Amino acid sequence: MEKKKLLEIRNLHVQYKTDEAIVHAVNGVDLCVDEGETLGLVGETGAGKTTTALTIMGLLPERVGQVTEGELYLNGVDVIHAPEGQLKMMRGATASMIFQDPMTSLNPVIPVGDQILEVLELHKKDKMSHSEMEARVDQILEMVGIPAARKTEYPHQFSGGMKQRVVIAIALACEPLLLLADEPTTALDVTIQAQVLEMMRTLKKELNTAMVLITHDLGVVARICDRVGIMYAGEVVEIGTVEDIYTGEKHHPYTTGLFGAIPDLTKKTRRLNPIDGLMPDPTRLPSGCKFHDRCPHCMEICKTAPPQDITEGSHTIKCHLYDKEVQK
Amino acid sequence: MLKFVGKRLLMMIPVLLGISFVLFAIVEFTPGDPAQLILGEGATREEIEELREEMGLNDNFFVRYVRYVVDAVQGNFGTSYRTGKSVVDEVLPRFPVTLRLAFFGIAGAVIIGIPIGIISAVKQYSKLDMVCTITALTLTSIPTFWLGLMLMLLFALKLGWLPATNVENWTGYILPCVTLTAGTMAMILRMTRSTMLETIRQDYIRTARAKGASTRRIVFKHALRNALLPVITYVGMTFGIQLGGTVIIESVFSVPGMGSLMITSIRMKDSPVLMASVLLAAFCAGLVNLFVDILYSYIDPRIKSQYVKG
Repeated sequence: MEKKKLLEIRNLHVQYKTDEAIVHAVNGVDLCVDEGETLGLVGETGAGKTTTALTIMGLLPERVGQVTEGELYLNGVDVIHAPEGQLKMMRGATASMIFQDPMTSLNPVIPVGDQILEVLELHKKDKMSHSEMEARVDQILEMVGIPAARKTEYPHQFSGGMKQRVVIAIALACEPLLLLADEPTTALDVTIQAQVLEMMRTLKKELNTAMVLITHDLGVVARICDRVGIMYAGEVVEIGTVEDIYTGEKHHPYTTGLFGAIPDLTKKTRRLNPIDGLMPDPTRLPSGCKFHDRCPHCMEICKTAPPQDITEGSHTIKCHLYDKEVQK
Repeated sequence: MLKFVGKRLLMMIPVLLGISFVLFAIVEFTPGDPAQLILGEGATREEIEELREEMGLNDNFFVRYVRYVVDAVQGNFGTSYRTGKSVVDEVLPRFPVTLRLAFFGIAGAVIIGIPIGIISAVKQYSKLDMVCTITALTLTSIPTFWLGLMLMLLFALKLGWLPATNVENWTGYILPCVTLTAGTMAMILRMTRSTMLETIRQDYIRTARAKGASTRRIVFKHALRNALLPVITYVGMTFGIQLGGTVIIESVFSVPGMGSLMITSIRMKDSPVLMASVLLAAFCAGLVNLFVDILYSYIDPRIKSQYVKG
């Protein structure tokens, strides 16, 4: 049986317009996520990962952030053109989002239980009675490993890892079809990271939620994700299954660079091996392939013509290096 | 919590003692002889000396200060040098006038300033926001006495709707209260707008939006309590200060309040009245501050936990 597509993004362009300049944050992203699938999105800061996630939620900053091109369907809903009322119904119920910094993601003046309860009140009012909702709050708190008795406490009484558990509880309370996790473990220390990730994986399996995991950490991706997308300067330069990306032979030079930058604990190296140069300025993107000025395999064509997607089975790469193979 | 309130009330005792001491010293260093003041220009040197002895003015400074404090604790603040009446009788009838003025002035400012500030922030850069911001800026820039005089000219002289100076009945309070409200309201509006703008950019507001909450719910349930803390501090401070008298407004509208009493007693070197009114003002400011702190703890649980610990 073929799996149903939950999220479909085609040729998405997002810009941030400020008085000084236009920031091209997302430049033609194609993505899809099946039901129950986990997609990892990896890339440097400023690659457009968070912007993509915010667009899926319909939460781009008003006035400043604009979708200029493309289509985005979430569970059949056209998010870009849907009215605010419909988006409100969708947020928290169909899709929910976990933000990067748990320290600031919770309202400091509202008890954590009430913050979880709120999302139920907003979406399940006609289906559940108040006592059922309270029971659900207790249940979901226990699921994320917090004693239900602590629901009357305020966020400042919790540690960072605990707060992130509360944020996850809020996100999962209505059993959404899609969970967007924007660097959920970046702000946590390593031992807590492992716990939180393990918990997210278990919960995801239990609830059969699809997930988009945004991260810098290739190790995390390998542990949790089914498929991986590598983002660079607002584009998905390579996407495929975890096997394609981690063990396949053909890669986008940027992906190769990313993996090359991971220090190998077994070898003696004096220095790290970074990718030379910096991310291009998103207000003035280079012509042709956006990676060409940092690419070790740069050819003449890379400087002028933007590369097309080259697909082989489940694996897609956006690079001129593989143009010829397709022609063959 | 009760322990905290008790502690704070006890702490007001040293504060009041300190203020009274400083005040007593300042009065001591200013030139002028109370005995001369009471007896008038025509008094002979012997008469003055006799009265000084009688009033205990020849005693050591510290002896007199301690005597003042002991008397004051028993409710005896002395007699006015100017009128010969008991100080309590001088000050007490004036306090309700100032209290009414300050209360209605602040209440008006809060009732108008906070909602408009919120709307202004939520609809940032809209026409309404522009109008509100410009109005607020204008009102804060206008000197109070000028605004008072203009209002008086318009409503009392030209239109004849309201009395200019008489506070015997409530209509007399309208103009002074409106004048007082204008400036405070403008400040409250500006503060509410800016703290609200800051608050709605916080991560937890984005979390609330990601839950599917409506803008109204976000503003009232999530943002308002966080945004109001600095505004409450400002309102409390202003109210505390105004309880000590609103000197300019009281002089413009000839309101017999605490401010004008203080000015008169300074001018006439009526030190017992001055001392008592300043102490009363300090006491009120302390009470209002305490009230604001208690209010704080109900709004922000982080502050409450500090109080309970301490």
